[in-house]
Amino acid sequence: MRIALLLALAALFVAFPLAFPWLAFVFTLVISKGFAALGVAVLLRAGLISIGHALFYSLGAYTVAYLSRGAGVTDLILQLAGAVAVSSLVGLIIGLFMVRYRGIFFAMLNLAVSMVFFTLLSKLYALTGGTDGVRIGTPTLFGTTIERDTLESILLYGGLVLAFGVGYLVHRYLKSPMGEALPAVETNEIRLEYLGIAVPRVLLAAYVASAGLAGLGGAMYGLLVGHVSPELAYWTISGQLVLVAVLGGIGGVVGPFVGAFFLEIIRSFAVIYFDNIWNLIIGAGLLIVIFFLPRGLYGLIERATQRGPRR
Amino acid sequence: MDIIIPLLVDGLAAASLIFFIAVGLTLVFSVLRVLNVAHGSFYSIGAYVAVSIGGWAASAGLSPWLSFPILLISAALVAALLGPFIEATFIRYTYGKPEALQILVTFALFLIFEDLQKLVFGVQAHYQDAAMQVLGVSEIGGIIYLNYQLLLIALAVVVVVSLRLLMRHTRLGKLILAVVADPEVSVTLGINARQVYSIAFTIGVFLAALGGALATPTSGVAPGLGAEAIVLGFAVAAIGGLGQIEGAALAAVIVGLSRVIAIYYAPAFEPVMPYLVMLVVLLVRPYGLFGTAQARRI
Repeated sequence: MRIALLLALAALFVAFPLAFPWLAFVFTLVISKGFAALGVAVLLRAGLISIGHALFYSLGAYTVAYLSRGAGVTDLILQLAGAVAVSSLVGLIIGLFMVRYRGIFFAMLNLAVSMVFFTLLSKLYALTGGTDGVRIGTPTLFGTTIERDTLESILLYGGLVLAFGVGYLVHRYLKSPMGEALPAVETNEIRLEYLGIAVPRVLLAAYVASAGLAGLGGAMYGLLVGHVSPELAYWTISGQLVLVAVLGGIGGVVGPFVGAFFLEIIRSFAVIYFDNIWNLIIGAGLLIVIFFLPRGLYGLIERATQRGPRR
Repeated sequence: MDIIIPLLVDGLAAASLIFFIAVGLTLVFSVLRVLNVAHGSFYSIGAYVAVSIGGWAASAGLSPWLSFPILLISAALVAALLGPFIEATFIRYTYGKPEALQILVTFALFLIFEDLQKLVFGVQAHYQDAAMQVLGVSEIGGIIYLNYQLLLIALAVVVVVSLRLLMRHTRLGKLILAVVADPEVSVTLGINARQVYSIAFTIGVFLAALGGALATPTSGVAPGLGAEAIVLGFAVAAIGGLGQIEGAALAAVIVGLSRVIAIYYAPAFEPVMPYLVMLVVLLVRPYGLFGTAQARRI
């Protein structure tokens, strides 16, 4: 049943942009946000809420910008790999500090660090182009130059394949002992320590993974839009990522992508009709999901497809 | 040596503004055990309301001395309208829930307020400095200071002392302390815990709005103020130890002085000073200067 659902989602992602070309951009954005939200969701499973993952999201995009302009690395695959590596490394450094904190302190320290990063991005003009941001050129693929249109197709269909691959890896990670320890951290951390599991190590692995995922999403975003500015590191973006994760449901790997899909579709219309109340819509959406759909949209879909008693 | 006194005065003035942001946050946390992210919104709403009423008073030709009651009235107005309402509609349902959920709910409220403010007050910056102008300046040791800054320092001291008096020497304070110590026993003893929560939350909103209102004569108000306020307020509250009012006061002084010193010696680092102080303090004392470790269930 679940596999059928996944295939249906994949078919949707392939079929719609063919019929409506403007949707290709939106759907690629969905995949990019989905990766980042999946990162947030991994931490949410441990009861840790990060209102600062825009840091890693923007870091991914800035890494791509720096690689293509400063370092002359134009290959798409290398750029993506570089973005994941850099954001994972920064995630490791920040994570060493973060895993000591829980609840409020974790949330607000992430927010504080991302605000510092946002300030640095805006102020260090020589390095980051200040608030103007940096342009990201069209990359090459295996040494051949590609057109803008081709890039968009590659990002959409390649991104879809990547989403399945990475999604499977994250799924395996969540089912592994390290991943299964995450919900246990939320339930009872001390008991876990008594069982001989090093909680900081479990959380550090999750933090690095989530930073890498957010970096991957950000790199895709940067390549798709062709430009990156400090706004991408602002706390409203972090808020969106949290919303996407909660909206889709943190139970599985698919949830954040479903959440991103709904958010971007709503956004496509919101931009036309109510551009200036976008944060209001996100906030209201969050409240509705928290109070009425605790398992998220994916939980709703799951319930509809799972006939018979729940396990 | 000549530099010390001006740095101290500027630092203390900055500290008192920072203190007003943090004190309500820490008070609400100490009673409700909820970290209210929407606190930053109440701060900026207080600022907007004060600027709006102040602007109206100025255009109506009222005496500039009326700016001071206006600052107070604006804060009281925001607290009376929003405090009990928000507590009863949203905050109440998060008591005793996981911290992640509380943060999500109050963060959602913060996002909603952010756009509501833009819709109501527009996106341009507002200024209303009648209160600062009317007080003039004074000279200490050959350096000119704004009297308004000195007033802020005095007001911060007044707030610390009156909160202490309220908590330790009034009936309401004793009710609050009883509910903090043990909500269930307080309820069985006939204390209306819901009302106590509502009052404590409203006091927190009042302090936030007052902080916002008091900041407007020197710095005005523009979109994004709420986010800066909540992050800074949390940093200060965390340095002092969440829920510790005196701790927040000491932390505000440390952060205020560190910012002023940074402005003097290394201006580029000024915006990150509060977070650097927070990182250092939390590395050494994970629960803040005055905070105590909470027992975790086994």
